[in-house]
Amino acid sequence: METATHDIPRKTRILQALEDQHTSVSFTDPLENDLILNMGPQHPATHGVLRLLVRLDGETVIACVPEIGYLHRGYEKLAESCTYHEFIPHTDRLDYLSPLANNVAYVLAVEKLLGIEAPPRAQYLRTMIAELARISSHLMMMGSIGMDVGALTVWMWTFREREKLYDIFESLVGHRFTTSYTRIGGLVHDMTPEAESMIRKFIEDFPENLEESEKLINKNRIFIERTDGVGVISREEAIDMGVTGPCLRACGVNQDLRRTNPYLVYNKLDFDVAVFDGGDSLARYYVRLQEMKESQKVVVQLLDKMPKGEIHAFKPKKVLPKKERVYTKMEELIHDFMIVNFGVDPPVGEVYSAVEASKGELGFYFYSNGDGHPWRMKIRSPSFVNIQALPMMLRKAMISDVVAIIGSLDPVMGEADK
Amino acid sequence: MGLESALGDSLMLSKLEDAINWCRKNSLFPMPMGISCCAIEMMAFAGPRFDSSRFGSEVFRFSPRQADVMIVAGTTTYKMARVVRKIYDQMPDPKWVIAMGACTSSGGMYRTYSVVQGIDQFLPVDLYVAGCPPRPDNLLHALITLQQKIQRRESKGSTLALAGDFPQHKPKPPVVA
Amino acid sequence: MNARTLEKLNKQFGNGILESNEFRGELAVVVPPEKIVEVCRFLKEDPDLRFEMLADLFGLDMYSPVKRFGVVYNLYSLKNHHRIRIKTFVEESHPHVQTVTGVWSTANWHERETFDMFGIVFDGHPDLRRIYMPDEFEHYPLRKDFPLMGIPGSLYLPKK
Repeated sequence: METATHDIPRKTRILQALEDQHTSVSFTDPLENDLILNMGPQHPATHGVLRLLVRLDGETVIACVPEIGYLHRGYEKLAESCTYHEFIPHTDRLDYLSPLANNVAYVLAVEKLLGIEAPPRAQYLRTMIAELARISSHLMMMGSIGMDVGALTVWMWTFREREKLYDIFESLVGHRFTTSYTRIGGLVHDMTPEAESMIRKFIEDFPENLEESEKLINKNRIFIERTDGVGVISREEAIDMGVTGPCLRACGVNQDLRRTNPYLVYNKLDFDVAVFDGGDSLARYYVRLQEMKESQKVVVQLLDKMPKGEIHAFKPKKVLPKKERVYTKMEELIHDFMIVNFGVDPPVGEVYSAVEASKGELGFYFYSNGDGHPWRMKIRSPSFVNIQALPMMLRKAMISDVVAIIGSLDPVMGEADK
Repeated sequence: MGLESALGDSLMLSKLEDAINWCRKNSLFPMPMGISCCAIEMMAFAGPRFDSSRFGSEVFRFSPRQADVMIVAGTTTYKMARVVRKIYDQMPDPKWVIAMGACTSSGGMYRTYSVVQGIDQFLPVDLYVAGCPPRPDNLLHALITLQQKIQRRESKGSTLALAGDFPQHKPKPPVVA
Repeated sequence: MNARTLEKLNKQFGNGILESNEFRGELAVVVPPEKIVEVCRFLKEDPDLRFEMLADLFGLDMYSPVKRFGVVYNLYSLKNHHRIRIKTFVEESHPHVQTVTGVWSTANWHERETFDMFGIVFDGHPDLRRIYMPDEFEHYPLRKDFPLMGIPGSLYLPKK
């Protein structure tokens, strides 16, 4: 929404307007300063503890400086004193909307360093939980963008769907939320038949339930006017700023790590990558909506193709042995003791491994010097980089659009602040 | 401190105080200080399945001036501690604080340079909820325990004024398992 | 693909590439700090390689008497779907590296984070200040000689 009066210098404009009012009061430019608004770390609409300092000219945003670091917990320093196994519960708390995906990403990076591979059933299960986590995270985004724009019902209905997913996680893993399901070389325990039937039922009913919530906002004129053409970022700017994930695919770039650098069993599955043009909030919303539908297709294929078999790799000195064998056999007892106390035995070297998490490219870098705990661990978090692109998206937006734009960007501060 | 200071120390006060406490406990409007993962469970606690509004917490007031109880949910870092304290100071009396989760009770699983090891280092806390994150049922139980605590006229911190000048009411914070 | 990239780099820079190694299918190249901007610009603009995306930039504390701090650049090519890792090492007494914000704008926050955590100064950076810790914090947390629990009294806590 441009105003033509931006061309005339403001000083003249204000004085002109005042003089036209036949006023006898004279003052020297009280309206000269711009307003600097602090959308503080505690705010209902910024997703988490993100602080935005916004410079306003009336209601239009001129510039914006995001400030992060209010949730910096020192993960990278913590990892230097934890063994590789001990860090798995910490990875849940990174992107806390889809904790299973972080577990999978971390364990894939460690397995790349050690040079081992999990058995096929474990890989299929890991793919399935990563997609369920993606559905959970995108449902949350749909709810919050609805809530930011003003539609509270969408939030309630998507939360109802998320509660069903939490029930599935509880039956599968033992906890609703911070799961720590994966281990180096496999998973904690196998999927029980009742968990499988719960997942099947959920994924069969999911398209109709999603359509119910979709019908509320997709063709709603208020939602479309508040998100269409708002928060635009061009394709070159997005690549230059390192934006990844749905925000990049909404600018027309066909980049998805599941297709370009396949990991787990994605190269055996049939799914489309959602790419939309435009680079605005509506495109970002549509990309995530389409991704949920593709994830649903992927989970159905995985449930049909799931092979039977082991879920732990058999590598005695690197993978934790099964508990029954630890209590009965001698070698397994020794291996268990060594792995828990001194860590798995990695070679000297460095690796970087990235997966396509729900927010973008989540990568783990390890520099190992042969010890049981990493010398340096770096988490490449997608939200940290996506928030850096926020000032570009907020150019020429109105103050009330700021909230909708942050909602469509979907940052998670646990990941951005590490 | 409104009603107590206006009415002073009179005989009718104890029955009136029970009635006032009954009103206060059944209309606790929480202010969510949702910082990290516990905030998602707090949203579920307000969501359709574990509904907190049936216990009187009808809306989540995001402005501190309109809230009674502050639920601190999430890891508090030193940088955020200033902000939390500022917002706590802005809440009008009587006010209570629920420390939700392991990170606010004692620093949780983060024993690092930037995490405050428990928010009771800079805030007076009424209730601790254990769990990482605590289930929403756990938080509902905490809300009900806080309501019982208010009815029993026990409280800590700035709400000492609530008990008036009754020295036999010794404040003790309960731990919710 | 790794061999092709290494060949092009050697052809362009010759002695500029100090060492290179390959581990688990990934190529890592070490360059001296003066040449880092040239190498990055070459890798970004070469029509065949086109490493357009800077995935990550961070610091590394080797805790060795010579060349203590390293800066690691993680590049990704959208055209070839290929990764490469560039490293430079600087001394503890003079931890200065040229900034690459002119090549990729995303390096802005990454370099701020590296400065905050290690104390490596990036010359030419438009806005080098702390990003995670409060501005008045005086130490660099990810250095190996900083304790995990922190230094008592280094951060401000409000009074009860």
